[in-house]
Amino acid sequence: MSDQVQEKTHAHPSVRIYLSIAAILTAVTVVEVGIFYIPAIRGTAFLAPILLLLSAGKFALVVMFYMHLKPDSKLFTALFTAPLLLAAAVILALMTLLGAWVL
Amino acid sequence: MGTTAHHTSEARTGLWSWITTTDHKRIGILYGVTAFAFLLIGGLEALLIRWQLMRPENDFIGAEAYNELFTMHGTTMVFLAMMPLSAAFFNFIIPLQIGARDVAFPRLNAFSYWVFLLGGLFLNASFLVGAAPDGGWFGYANLTSRQYSPGMNIDFWAMGLQILGVASLAAAFNFIATIINMRAPGMKLMRMPVFTWMSFVTQIIIVTAFPVITVALVFLMFDRMFGTQFYNPAAGGDLLLWQHLFWLFGHPEVYILILPTMGMVSEILPTFSRKPLFGYAVVVYSGMLIGTIGWGVWSHHMFATGMGPAADSYFGAATMLIAIPTGVKIFNWMATMWGGRIRFATPMLFSIAFIMLFTIGGISGVMHASPPTDLQQTDTYFVVAHFHYVLFGGGFMGIFAAIYYWWPKVFGRLLDERLGKLHFWLAFIGLNLTFFPMHFIGLLGMPRRVYTYPAELGLGSMNLVATVGAMVLGFSTLILVFNVWYSSRKGEKADKNPWGAATLEWAVSSPPPVYNFSVLPEVSSRLPLWTVGGMNDIPDEPPEPVHVPGGSYWPAVTALGLVLFFTGALVQSLWFAVASAVLLAVSAFKWAFEPFEM
Amino acid sequence: MSTAAATVHYTSTGQDTRKIAFWTFIGSECLLFGSLIATYLSYEGKSVVGPTPEEILNIPLTSVSTFVLLMSSLAMVLALAAVSTGQTRYTRVWLATTAGLGAVFLGFQVWEFTSFVHEGLKISTNLFGSTFYVLTGCHGLHVAVGVIWLSTLLILSFRGKLGPEKAMNVEIAGLYWHFVDVVWIVIFTVVYLIQRGPAA
Repeated sequence: MSDQVQEKTHAHPSVRIYLSIAAILTAVTVVEVGIFYIPAIRGTAFLAPILLLLSAGKFALVVMFYMHLKPDSKLFTALFTAPLLLAAAVILALMTLLGAWVL
Repeated sequence: MGTTAHHTSEARTGLWSWITTTDHKRIGILYGVTAFAFLLIGGLEALLIRWQLMRPENDFIGAEAYNELFTMHGTTMVFLAMMPLSAAFFNFIIPLQIGARDVAFPRLNAFSYWVFLLGGLFLNASFLVGAAPDGGWFGYANLTSRQYSPGMNIDFWAMGLQILGVASLAAAFNFIATIINMRAPGMKLMRMPVFTWMSFVTQIIIVTAFPVITVALVFLMFDRMFGTQFYNPAAGGDLLLWQHLFWLFGHPEVYILILPTMGMVSEILPTFSRKPLFGYAVVVYSGMLIGTIGWGVWSHHMFATGMGPAADSYFGAATMLIAIPTGVKIFNWMATMWGGRIRFATPMLFSIAFIMLFTIGGISGVMHASPPTDLQQTDTYFVVAHFHYVLFGGGFMGIFAAIYYWWPKVFGRLLDERLGKLHFWLAFIGLNLTFFPMHFIGLLGMPRRVYTYPAELGLGSMNLVATVGAMVLGFSTLILVFNVWYSSRKGEKADKNPWGAATLEWAVSSPPPVYNFSVLPEVSSRLPLWTVGGMNDIPDEPPEPVHVPGGSYWPAVTALGLVLFFTGALVQSLWFAVASAVLLAVSAFKWAFEPFEM
Repeated sequence: MSTAAATVHYTSTGQDTRKIAFWTFIGSECLLFGSLIATYLSYEGKSVVGPTPEEILNIPLTSVSTFVLLMSSLAMVLALAAVSTGQTRYTRVWLATTAGLGAVFLGFQVWEFTSFVHEGLKISTNLFGSTFYVLTGCHGLHVAVGVIWLSTLLILSFRGKLGPEKAMNVEIAGLYWHFVDVVWIVIFTVVYLIQRGPAA
């Protein structure tokens, strides 16, 4: 079955793209850990949103390029994104219902 | 391994052929037989419960046995009877309905069945050691903690559900892949029969809801075995965490139970009304909407815990919203019958009863969508009446309809119509006698899950009626058993399409050949058998050899390894658990590397 | 057996069936880790005794192990690129690198868990211990399964059974591996970097 599919497989990203993604991931991780140690941010309400955004960016890069969701069929994006959003909703709902917001 | 259609002499009979089978049709039969046996066990548990409640202050069984019986009744009916009965039809019917030779992963399919069977036996083995689960099918924390339930009862329950979850998840991945990718040419999504559609939605709910109960059960087992603090208020834990996780799974589970039967009656009503389903697309979209909204209403099971006005309002409103797509379906079914040439065969009678009884259950359900009303009804027999109208009046009546409808396709003979009608009327009368009085019993103040009640409550006679009804209901099921025995020798032989139905499974012989379709079907209509040129001709003999994957015993061995692993955890024997894990791993590798062509 | 291959192998979408099933499985895993993370966050700061996350979590150490796991994802895509183009040697190099980095990550985790236990945080100590060990332990278990899976592919490659026609086997293992990586990206942020402190 696989060989039949191989021929219609969309070109996966090249090695150069893979390396650039890895560089970005490393850089963002360094920034994240750096932010953690900056007292001016650490004690404020900005820490969580900034870190969550950076983390979401890394997540998206890996999923889109390393897991090929960007070039692949939209079917796979749907199979992944719907449960992912559901999981995010469950996290927010449970935190709300169990009184976990202490901002 | 493998065989071609022209020489299927490779063992198709005998015990070994059933253990190694990877044929979706045979696995479907295995699911059906096993689940029906568990249905009888769960039914027997219900009869014992009703016998105890027959009169006030009865001493037929004590409080402890009663707790075990209602826990095992609920758990058995949900996980060992209704879900696998639906799975029997998923297995047998879906590949035929979409024009496929088998499911996407035949061995994974066999694995699901064996895990289900062994998981069911694991759960029921608790009776043999005198430690049946006794914490309710909802197992509220912290009644389930080691402190309040020191025996193995809860361990059996939590691990049994964990095992059954593996079976459901494996089957769900399989059927989602099958339905997405194994449809015959021309079988577009919006040409799929409604049963396949509703099953598809059901599988999606399973893959999203079961991981949540898995996590909840892991917490529970870790609390009991390793002293974690998840459900320990003294350590700051929140007992409502269990309830939220349980109902996050538990409410979607209700739709896992009911959506397949909605699909079943959506096949049967058009066939016996000689009319296409009214508003096919709307029925499909309603099913998706039910599946989606059904994910956001779980806390309506928890109004009595005092979640506050904001949460109460949201969950109340969302619950009421679900009544809309559900009501849409009910009207579509009625409109399907409207003006049709209705033939009141047994499947049709059960389907019509399904609509009526499900509507009653739906209406009482909307009542306790309102938090203030719910506070009066919660934990009373009113709720018991409600969900039995939905799950027996709806679910099981739909499954009985499907049994009579697809029986000739599966076994090549029709079930006897006279016995079928007798079964129907006794079941219909019995279930209304059993469950209708419970509305009043509940509103007059009788709580659920309590093994007896005082005579001063004045509910003795209504409880007696309910008990008599339950006996009638139990007897009616025996008529089905007799019908199966009787029809297996005297039943009328079925041709390809005994009911004159429209969908693809009726285009092949009854029972279907091992390869299902001698040539790849091509459909150009949603109702291929009701449309001129709706599909290509399927010859009775394959024009060229068809490859059919051969059997494998590794799925069964892998399933055994899994269940033995949990048994080791149950008896807290490290070496046993490790040895079983090794068996599990080795057989999984054997499975992965054995030659098995699709 | 090959005569009817064309009909047997017909697919509705033209996509690989195993890949569809596997993405469905990953979707399911989202809910598994979602429930674990939801519990961790809902219980964060509600422990009645210490140690607390602030006292015990080792950010420098975990930053290094996070980097190791990220780089293993890079090795994984390079392994896939190699196997698709039939570069047997690079396939082996990158598969071995991926599995090796995964093992290093697990080593870090074992070391972390051991030192936490020495500092007085056991799984039964408090809510933080229970939620932390079960969440990160579940992730570690996934990494361990991935290491075994990748090692199996490596052995297949050495036996000459992992040519370009088997690229899908590597792609699916890669999907699993990257998913385990992105789960860690989330865990590293919400557990290690955002410590919300004791509840009011």
